[in-house]
Amino acid sequence: MTSESLGFVFLNAAIINNFVLSLFLGICPFLGISGKRDTAIRMGIAVMFVMLVSSAAAYGIHHLLLALGAVYLELIAYIAVIAATVQLVEMVIKKFSPALFRALGIFLPLITTNCAILGVALFQTLRDYSFVQSITFAFGSGVGFTIALTIMAGLREELNLADVPSLVKGTALTLMLAGILSLSFMGFGGLGG
Amino acid sequence: MRPETLHTQAPPFELDTFLEGVWKENPVFVQVLGMCPVLAVSNSVVNSLSMGGATVFVLVMSSAVVSLVRHWVPNQVRIATYIVIIASFVTVTAYLLEAISLDIYNALGAYLPLIVVNCIILGRAEAYASKHPVLPSIVSATGTGLGFILAIFTMGAVREVLGSGSFLGVSLFGPHYEPMTVFILPGGGFFVLGALLLAISWFKERNKRGQA
Repeated sequence: MTSESLGFVFLNAAIINNFVLSLFLGICPFLGISGKRDTAIRMGIAVMFVMLVSSAAAYGIHHLLLALGAVYLELIAYIAVIAATVQLVEMVIKKFSPALFRALGIFLPLITTNCAILGVALFQTLRDYSFVQSITFAFGSGVGFTIALTIMAGLREELNLADVPSLVKGTALTLMLAGILSLSFMGFGGLGG
Repeated sequence: MRPETLHTQAPPFELDTFLEGVWKENPVFVQVLGMCPVLAVSNSVVNSLSMGGATVFVLVMSSAVVSLVRHWVPNQVRIATYIVIIASFVTVTAYLLEAISLDIYNALGAYLPLIVVNCIILGRAEAYASKHPVLPSIVSATGTGLGFILAIFTMGAVREVLGSGSFLGVSLFGPHYEPMTVFILPGGGFFVLGALLLAISWFKERNKRGQA
């Protein structure tokens, strides 16, 4: 078990090694849904929620499979659990908060194939985090994902008003912007030591 | 699914199916799918080629199996079935690669199991392999796979040559070359991919204008 403090785990996941900008996880929604600020925030919250639940589930699965000596099933178990979690979250939200469901609805199925979710489960296994560390890591990753998505959406809203050559518009420009963002996020490198 | 009607269809011309995936419908440059591995492990040629190889293996094998079982999978659970098939092959690949070269296995790290959520593979399974016989599915998957390798290899080559001044680990410009480290950093990945997409859309635009 690693001895990293919870604060560092959180900062590391949220800002220093931001999931989108330095680990390249969750690029698909990052490029696809970062057009408007409020959808970006909603998507971020939905992802954070699923991350927390599936991280807790992945921690249990990892230790169960270790005890059974069937670690080779890990990947299949993780992906099945994530798909099930997304379904479950969808049903729970639908039951208890129809307003939130309407806001998140269309994003929930997309989250299953979001590599950031599986990434959280894989990284916490790889780094041998304890249960509390895993949850903190999942929360931090979700915050980081939301931050990146929101900043990007803000930039793209401004860009709509700018006079950009038609050739550059779309994915190419978004990628260039992401590159600049990623470089500036490297400035956080020394944070938290 | 209506396998009876699909069965009687003449198989499409297979060279076309193959070439479509490589260039015209290139999964990375045209469809903009599967960006995570393309950006994350393309900081050297060796890494990007092994990632490409692993992905293509999973892509071809899972397309073949999805196509084999397409008559028996109920429509409601097809995505879950495909994911389980893909995850199985990714597990096989991960253990194979660990046995072949531990260095590459460690360099790819968590991105190797992340092949499961590569949208290219699920996309092929859902859009092509679930509706076509085994042989065309394999041909199509190989074409798409080659397109993916082409993309990730280009990324890896550009980033390694500019960022480390070497190719496949062999130094190119002599000891006095100051490598532009930014290109092997995460930000450089975004820049190179953005520039490549830009170059391709410029090329297409020019071709279109040439024809008109």
